[in-house]
Amino acid sequence: MFSLATVATVFLCVCVGSVNLPLNETLRVIWNAIWGLPQPESMSVPIILSVRLPRVLCVALSGAALSICGGAMQGLLKNPLADGSTLGVSSGASLGAVIAIAFGITLPNVPFAGTVVMAMAFAFLSLLIILSLAYKIDYSLSTNTIILIGVIYSMFVSSILSLIITFASDHVKNITFWTMGSLLGASYQNALLLLVALTICGAVILRHTRELNAFAISEDNARHIGVPVRRVKLVLLIAVSALIGVCVSIGGTIGFVGLVTPHMVRMIVGPNHQRLLPASLFGGAIFLMLADLVARILLNPVELPIGVVTSFIGAILFVVIFYRSRRVRT
Amino acid sequence: MTLLDVKNLTVRYGALTILDDVNFSLNEGQWLMIVGPNGAGKSTIVNAISQGVPYTGEIRYLDRDVKRYRSHELARNIGVLSQSHFVGYAFTVGSVVRLGRYAYAPGVFSGNREEDERMVEQALELTGMTRFADQSVLTLSGGELQRTFLAQLFAQNPRVLILDEPTNHLDLVYQKQTFELIRSWLKTPGRAVISVVHDLSLARAYGTHALLLDKGETVSRGAAADVFTPEHLNKAYEMDVSAWMRTMLGQWTARRDGTETENE
Repeated sequence: MFSLATVATVFLCVCVGSVNLPLNETLRVIWNAIWGLPQPESMSVPIILSVRLPRVLCVALSGAALSICGGAMQGLLKNPLADGSTLGVSSGASLGAVIAIAFGITLPNVPFAGTVVMAMAFAFLSLLIILSLAYKIDYSLSTNTIILIGVIYSMFVSSILSLIITFASDHVKNITFWTMGSLLGASYQNALLLLVALTICGAVILRHTRELNAFAISEDNARHIGVPVRRVKLVLLIAVSALIGVCVSIGGTIGFVGLVTPHMVRMIVGPNHQRLLPASLFGGAIFLMLADLVARILLNPVELPIGVVTSFIGAILFVVIFYRSRRVRT
Repeated sequence: MTLLDVKNLTVRYGALTILDDVNFSLNEGQWLMIVGPNGAGKSTIVNAISQGVPYTGEIRYLDRDVKRYRSHELARNIGVLSQSHFVGYAFTVGSVVRLGRYAYAPGVFSGNREEDERMVEQALELTGMTRFADQSVLTLSGGELQRTFLAQLFAQNPRVLILDEPTNHLDLVYQKQTFELIRSWLKTPGRAVISVVHDLSLARAYGTHALLLDKGETVSRGAAADVFTPEHLNKAYEMDVSAWMRTMLGQWTARRDGTETENE
């Protein structure tokens, strides 16, 4: 059901935009492109194939990745406020991207690649710093240590960010736009990269659904039933962080999706991660695609940063669902 | 046969010594009661055996250091019930109990579904939780939650049960039921139980052996009858324990005409 809804949303989002395209034409163009058939002479071909489709794909994949990471972290840390950024890796990735923007680091001939590469390098570096710090402080990698180190690292990084912004005043607009999250320049290469990361890290996360159930009940309980607690924690933290690093590198810090989607999905399918995580995958894709659609068409031709939309819609939607589910229960 | 052998177990947090050189062993068929006043280090022994706190000394299961067992191997042999439970999300009772089977199928595709289901149903039955199986754990009372985790432990089916305050939150009926249940569980050869117990009367009634601790040090250990002497208890609790017990029980002694005495 979730997967069908996701496919339908993909087509909806490709069709609707500043220029609305009929569904059958869109389907035909995509069909022809897949099988290498000749395309009709029409304005809609470049709009669909080089603008909308790569963007919608990137948005869907980012949404899926952010949500599965959020769901996994909420279970692993037994904390409903956790998401993929809790560990601080996404802040690190932003720092890399901002440095690239502020100092004009680019790769020759490839637009946006400088930011992406720098963000990824910094995400990886952050993961190393955070995990070795956590190891030094607390060998058992206890939940509170992880959350604290994540918060402290994020604050430290954001202070450096502010410093850079202060001195690179002519880039402020670019930097701000990037940190609010944008998939404006998304390409097929980006989508492919996201797909690879999501497949690998997602598979690792989905292999650990029963362990996540145990962690969500309590870490002690996980240990008592025979989960190798420290190893599973480490594996999951690395998988989540790598995936988040790739997401942030491509789409910037898109807030709220990873936090809210697992909660909304949990209200529908329950807390069992065997159902929760796959459902979050599709739920996140749908949610972010719709948010991106709103961002594109609401104040057309001005485009809103997607992070603004996700936070705005997400917060309201969340309150509504939470309120209704509470009322049903009592 | 000796199942568990604990040697020179010492636990320190910085300068604070929680457990100081504790030794004991557990043989098949024994029920060892760990007793002592608050802060004696009773729960810390449980946490050390389940690898939840760093310690010095050695804990051997079947003559092999527990640190050398893989997590699921250890969980199939030694099962632990925590003192308190706090579940964050609305899992069903059934899914919590089913996690007890994790140690038998640590991989995704390993495991025997029918055997798992049979053990889960049996565990729910034993603890009287069958009718709660599809209910969310967030809606349970403290006692029902305790029995849920007890059921998880029975589904795990270990050789040694380690119970930290097993009748915490339980009313008299379930206290009695739980202790009777564990006693009959123990009748199968090859099994043993360690439990941390506050209620000295329960400890004395059900324990075959006992370990009396005070401030991390061993006051007495051995057969229950040898440990529960006024001399040892008074030393550990710094009060006249048996006099207090007699006063408490005296309230309930029946008069000759069969009715109970009034409080004096």
